[in-house]
Amino acid sequence: MTKAELLFDLTVAAGDGWIGEVPVGGSFRITDLEGNQAVDTLFYDARDYTNRYSAVDTIREQGAVYLTTGSVLRTVNGDALATIVDDTCGRHDTIGGACSQESNVVRYGEHTRHQHACRATFLRQAIGWGRGLDKRDLTHNVNFFMNVPLTPEGGLTFQDGVSAPGKYVELRAERDLLVLVSNCPQLNNPCNGYNPTPIQLTGWAAP
Amino acid sequence: MTRSFEIPGGAADSLRLRRRRALTLTCLGDGANVSMLIYSAENPLDRLNIPDTLKAQMSARVTAPMVLMSDMGRALASVTGSSLDWHDAVTGHGLDAHVEQRHGPSSYAAHGNDWRRSARAGLLDELWKHGLGARDLHAGVNWFTKVGPAGDERGSLAFVPGHAVAGDWVTLRAEQDLLVVLSTSPHPLDPAENWQPAAVRVTVEEVAAPGGGDPSRTFRAESARALAVTERSLL
Repeated sequence: MTKAELLFDLTVAAGDGWIGEVPVGGSFRITDLEGNQAVDTLFYDARDYTNRYSAVDTIREQGAVYLTTGSVLRTVNGDALATIVDDTCGRHDTIGGACSQESNVVRYGEHTRHQHACRATFLRQAIGWGRGLDKRDLTHNVNFFMNVPLTPEGGLTFQDGVSAPGKYVELRAERDLLVLVSNCPQLNNPCNGYNPTPIQLTGWAAP
Repeated sequence: MTRSFEIPGGAADSLRLRRRRALTLTCLGDGANVSMLIYSAENPLDRLNIPDTLKAQMSARVTAPMVLMSDMGRALASVTGSSLDWHDAVTGHGLDAHVEQRHGPSSYAAHGNDWRRSARAGLLDELWKHGLGARDLHAGVNWFTKVGPAGDERGSLAFVPGHAVAGDWVTLRAEQDLLVVLSTSPHPLDPAENWQPAAVRVTVEEVAAPGGGDPSRTFRAESARALAVTERSLL
């Protein structure tokens, strides 16, 4: 089998972000290099940014909350964006959203207001992309490698990650994708094991 | 002063709800669903954020006395009471494809004003009136609907039939001036074969500011902080 053309292979430092495209049929892999690192990710139809990832439409259509191999990530219009085709971690969250300075104040107190947060990274990357993407386009994301169990009684908690060094998740693009990543800088809960670390992003063209 | 009006099933509506007014929704039939989107009237970029609301209050459902929180950490509304202990916020609202798949095609030409419109169609119709649109869609609350977690490895969810009956109610207290957009179309997981969406009554009345012992303030430290941040910004 011929190896598909490598489009990118890069490291994103703790607290940094990335935005870029993956063509239809291509693959996108996120590797948790050092373990227990939440990777907050948004997906858009690269031809129509309003046709964007929707956590609630994805959850409803698969009849389950957690994402893993076989999960189809869907847009707000129900279209397939990407399918998880390989997953050595086993469970990813899409209910917990991304951290922001303001939500940190609510959750942890005023002293956290000026700590770095995912939604600052999302905004900086979206504006930097320069094609009209802005705050209106930021919605509820996927948290790869994050563990947010839900109970039949309606409880929800952030727990220590189920990930470990070298674990990865790989998606196949079901249409041309724009991918927006924040490598989470959160220090106030166990989502990054209280120690944010780098991740690796790898993209391949369609085989 | 109390104002009250009815919204038929399968319809959509929008209203400005001023700070410190309470909005009560009452089911006028069994199996009602109200899919609701909420925006700050002053700055619609600041909208309901369900992940922030749920994670801050450690809950997978919406229930009294939770505070509904915005994207920028402010209290939009408090759920001051409800006859039900579970309202869904994680499964979205119905799209045209859901309605057509379950009930067949429908149009004004074929069915007049009884045509079957999805929640999405109705919500967009209302958002456009306010200069908003698809970019402003967010995860909303499905009042009166329960889609319960099974507690298994996948986090499977199942629609709970018969969760709400006629007379069930929920009351929200606006903590800032709001734009509320809602649809009374059925939830997309509702297995009912017939298109019989229930009507709801909307009642709006003035209420007092939440005091120090208000149940939404004393619920959790996170709820109290969202209320306090909002109150400080609206002196």
